[in-house]
Amino acid sequence: MFAKTDTESTGNDFVPYAPKKIKHAKEQLSAWLFCAPMLIILGVFLVIPIIMALWVSFSDWTGRGNPFSAGVHFIGVGNYESVLTTPGLAQSDFGTAIRNNAWYTLLVVPLQTLLSLLLAVMLNRRILKARSFFRTAFYFPSVTSSVAITVLWLFLFGSTGSINAVLSWFGVKGPNWFNDPRGLLQILLAHLGVSRGPSALTQHGLLGISWWDWLAGPSVAMFAIILMVIFTTSGTFMLMFIAALQSIGEGTEEAAIMDGANAWQRLWHVTVPQLKPTIFTVVTLGIIGTWQVFDQIYTGTKGGPSKTTLTPAYLSYSAAFDNQEWGQGAAISFILFVIIVVMTWIQRQIMKDRKMSRRKIAYYEALKSETRGLRHVSASQLSSSANASGRGEDHHE
Amino acid sequence: MALIILAMIYIMPFIIQIATSFKTDADAAAHPISLVPQIWTTAAYRRLFLNSDFPLWFKNSVIVTVCVTAGRVFFDSMAGYALSRLKFRGRETIFAMLVAVMSVPMVVLLIPKFLIIKSLGIYDSYFGMILPLLIDASGVFIMKNFFESIPKSVEEQAKIDRAGTFRIFWSIVLPMARPALITITILSFQGSWNELSHFIVATQSPSLMTLTKGVASLASGQLSAGTQYPIKLAAAAIMTVPVAILFFIFQKRIMNTNEGSVKE
Repeated sequence: MFAKTDTESTGNDFVPYAPKKIKHAKEQLSAWLFCAPMLIILGVFLVIPIIMALWVSFSDWTGRGNPFSAGVHFIGVGNYESVLTTPGLAQSDFGTAIRNNAWYTLLVVPLQTLLSLLLAVMLNRRILKARSFFRTAFYFPSVTSSVAITVLWLFLFGSTGSINAVLSWFGVKGPNWFNDPRGLLQILLAHLGVSRGPSALTQHGLLGISWWDWLAGPSVAMFAIILMVIFTTSGTFMLMFIAALQSIGEGTEEAAIMDGANAWQRLWHVTVPQLKPTIFTVVTLGIIGTWQVFDQIYTGTKGGPSKTTLTPAYLSYSAAFDNQEWGQGAAISFILFVIIVVMTWIQRQIMKDRKMSRRKIAYYEALKSETRGLRHVSASQLSSSANASGRGEDHHE
Repeated sequence: MALIILAMIYIMPFIIQIATSFKTDADAAAHPISLVPQIWTTAAYRRLFLNSDFPLWFKNSVIVTVCVTAGRVFFDSMAGYALSRLKFRGRETIFAMLVAVMSVPMVVLLIPKFLIIKSLGIYDSYFGMILPLLIDASGVFIMKNFFESIPKSVEEQAKIDRAGTFRIFWSIVLPMARPALITITILSFQGSWNELSHFIVATQSPSLMTLTKGVASLASGQLSAGTQYPIKLAAAAIMTVPVAILFFIFQKRIMNTNEGSVKE
């Protein structure tokens, strides 16, 4: 196959000076040939399916035969209505899934961002020994499959699992994690003596779920999944923060030390502001990722107990594949798509408003360029091989 | 000090996993945190390899991962080369589309993917498992960025010698792109080995189960009812081994953080 293309493209060797036009046309052709596999695969398995699914979400297709056959009808926004406005099981399931995922995102995104930032800052200290050991330890969970980690988690957080064994040392009887549907906030309130919500909250609600249930917090089962996801993602984001920290350099830090700022002040007022772009990336990726949680639910809880780990992604899958409600499943996945886009957009707007002031930027830039001069000297002294091995991936982001 | 405790928390689950996989069922249930089995037994592993579909799952995962990785490395770099070096009408449009495609969340594509795979008649086949994964938009991106960093003069000499586009790509540019090629090889291997949702919607027959699908079914208790944790944890541990080996070999590259520019 390679040889054939080869002779094709060198076929006009006998023409000593090919006119420019022909050459250009040839480059056009080979460029399209080079892109062809990508265009075909992405087109066939991404673009066309999206159009098909959009049609299905507006149709009454039952999963039998071709969705474009004559027996399938356009039913307008019916599928969207049944999950969004028509009271019933479909709506309350959807509401429950949104509630679960909203709590999940609300806890996972800030915690994983903070933890990975903390790990990165700790690992970036110059005096630290065995840095690569720690990096490996924190990053390893990120490369292992979510299925394997979920199986491990089911054991650790089982009713007779390791976590509960550790808790028993402290005289705490751990919950039956993956079978406990109670909401964390409601458990907290029950401790304070509030076991039933005010009727204002229990009588009214949204998407078939009462406000009281919206405010229940993530269930104990969901909380175990939250911990698992933070465990697996913090390593990846840590690496992003480390890369950013290293490009900042130490000049500003040293200047701040001279000004007598303590470690926390330096972290908060000097390092974090310069990490804004990375924090933005991490939070955005976090939001996009958390609204897609699927593997862990499929492997672990299948939405249970009492639907408290149901998420829109899993609901969309189970509506279509388990219940043969294809239109509803497709509608849910498009709603999910909109949610992700909107969330990302909101996050973008918030970050825009809090940009650093010009003066601050100018100040940091001045400090940076001052230190860059110093670093050039030391960098050139370092072995060139270390630089060369890193160069290839410098452009990832 | 805090770091050491944190590192312990991160490592502990895996150590417990290995230890438990060598325990008996009763021992695992009774002593969930002891790191030394009361009776060492390889029963879980023996059962997996000799008395279950596990070897089949492993084989399927290997087939799919090898094909997907080879295809991705080749097609991603071809597309990346065209987008970075070749001038042609429509390049900007294709690039813009690529960026748009990258932002589509994969999980909302489960139903759409199933629909197309079914109507193409490749449902429940290796074809349907492999073909849709052959191109990875972010891999194209990585290759494009890398090719842009190679000086153009490298190809000019070859052009004067009137080498064809594919020749230049195959024997001059590609060998220079080794660091980037290794990167996408690792990413594709890891990605396709750990892939679950695509295989769920692309296959149904047990003979095409991959490790991810198989171990997920173990978790919900198909092979081992109830709390037979040693066998589940052993299965999960084995499926981690290939990615772990790859990880430890290419650690530096995977965790590239420009160590070189830091004063140690």
